Amino acid sequence: MKSPSILSCQKVTVSFDGFKAVQEMSLELASGELRFLIGPNGAGKTTMLDAICGKVKPAGGVVEFRGLKGTVDVTRRKEHEIAQLGIGRKFQTPSIFSGLTVEENLEIAMAQNRGVWATLRAAMTKADRERVDAELELIGLEDKKRLRAGLLSHGEKQWLEIGMMLLQEPEILLLDEPVAGMTDKETDKTGELLREIVRKRTVVVVEHDMEFVRNFASKVTVMHEGKLLKEGSMDEVQRDDRVAEVYLGRKRRDYDAVGSTA
Amino acid sequence: MQWMSRLPRRAWLLIGYAAAAAALFSAPLYLNDFRLNLLAKCLAFAIVALGLDLLWGYTGILSLGHGVFFGLGAYAMAMHLKLAAGGSRIPDFMGWMGLTKLPWFWEPFKSFAFAAAMGLILPSALALLLGFFTFRNRIRGVYFTILTQALVIITVTLFVGQQAYTGGTNGLTGYTKLFGYSLTSGTAKTLAYLATAAALLAAFAVCRYLVNSRFGKVLRAIRDGENRTRFLGYDPAYYQMAVFAVSAGLAGLAGMLFVLHVGIISPTMMAIVPSIELVLLVAIGGRGTLIGAVIGAILLTQAKSQLSASYPDFWLFLLGALFIIVTVFMPGGIVGLIRQARQAILRRRSENEITLDSIVPKSNGVV
Repeated sequence: MKSPSILSCQKVTVSFDGFKAVQEMSLELASGELRFLIGPNGAGKTTMLDAICGKVKPAGGVVEFRGLKGTVDVTRRKEHEIAQLGIGRKFQTPSIFSGLTVEENLEIAMAQNRGVWATLRAAMTKADRERVDAELELIGLEDKKRLRAGLLSHGEKQWLEIGMMLLQEPEILLLDEPVAGMTDKETDKTGELLREIVRKRTVVVVEHDMEFVRNFASKVTVMHEGKLLKEGSMDEVQRDDRVAEVYLGRKRRDYDAVGSTA
Repeated sequence: MQWMSRLPRRAWLLIGYAAAAAALFSAPLYLNDFRLNLLAKCLAFAIVALGLDLLWGYTGILSLGHGVFFGLGAYAMAMHLKLAAGGSRIPDFMGWMGLTKLPWFWEPFKSFAFAAAMGLILPSALALLLGFFTFRNRIRGVYFTILTQALVIITVTLFVGQQAYTGGTNGLTGYTKLFGYSLTSGTAKTLAYLATAAALLAAFAVCRYLVNSRFGKVLRAIRDGENRTRFLGYDPAYYQMAVFAVSAGLAGLAGMLFVLHVGIISPTMMAIVPSIELVLLVAIGGRGTLIGAVIGAILLTQAKSQLSASYPDFWLFLLGALFIIVTVFMPGGIVGLIRQARQAILRRRSENEITLDSIVPKSNGVV
């Protein structure tokens, strides 16, 4: 290991019925960094997040998480165990609990003992109340806290989910296209929320919106056809010929060494 | 309507509950024996309906096998009553089947406390076992429902086949005494009714606590998005097993009380049709609300008693038609209809305020 990393994915391969969505992908995350994961459609970005949070089991490779609870290879753990270890995941489509109120969504997302006995006896303490209220203020949904979450607008649902992720207090947060389908104004607000989030934890964001990515001066990882294509700052990445080619479909040059077959 | 809004919703709810409890407990004063017995049966079914509602309405798991849990509770109580009726002799049907000695597992049912405990523990334990193998393996939805139907068929076949131990198709009947007192006297019937009313209130209180607790919120979260709850760190399997066991326990409790009022339990009463009827109680009353389950159970059981007495064939058609009507036209059941009506009235009354309300927060939200 060169630097103390919080998450280290080594040669992760995910295959669906023989189709390799991710091939020997490696990814190192330093503690507290904000990393963008970009690439064309079908590059395996979302699958990579799935492998980290346990939604899919990799066919090969190691995903080592060096969190507060020691070093764990999460590929051997169940989803809820990984979540309890401190890896949070936000999916692309807002997946809040539509039958619960905004407040209730936050209440159950809050970091706490998640066993059956614990929730049977759990009471809303004053400290809990304050945590939920502070979160409601941050995501700007105080007025709607008693509203059923299913009635929120698309953007509001996304913010609610981000709020839930924050209350879950993960050490690593995996966000899948947090600004997809948002208006410009909503995107700006999400950007602000993201800056707030990054202050306290390590974040990986899968994103298509280049404008949005450019707003953050941070490291970018480009994936293509399940493999690592390029890693570096936004400027470095944009100057890279291979990246330009997969994104813009520019004519392949003779000295191209990517080895991709498409 | 001004005076109504002065009291908070909570107070109205309490007044409503108190009135309902008072009406239930004073029923022996104004109902004749037949009516009281019928009401007692309704209340017993209301207890199963509450349990089914926890499972289906709140957690989204449909069990078409609750007749089994109901039946296990009923058999536990019936075994005790049968032994109490026979005195020192073995139950009559065992003699006909050539048994000379009481089977070992019947022995402890001589104790009422043991029988009552088993009436709760057996159904819950069976539910836990089934839940362990299904929920942990992420079997859900229609596949789980089919498995519960299989459970019904297996159990009914077992009870019919083991005639020497279970009374076979005829089931268990011919009880006379409980705690040494005659079961047929008016006082005994009144006491049995009061016990059922008390059990229903207790069950309602327990369910209310459960659905309002954080546990209940997690259950609804599982209903809305089981996978999503995993990524919050909850293991849905344990929640599903817990609620399934509680639900089965309530069905067992109802079964025990049912036997007291009806005086017989047989495998037909835990077969597929009764199991579906139990689900209908919840669907018609309104799933996802506890009071809906109780209302559905009382109304449908009353209707069944009235109609099946005069037109026995017609009842099944009506049941089928009701199922279709409810699923297609009133997914929220009776309670859902009442809610819609109330909202429609509210909307009409304050149309101007509502339109303002719906515009303002939207622009606020983006800031």
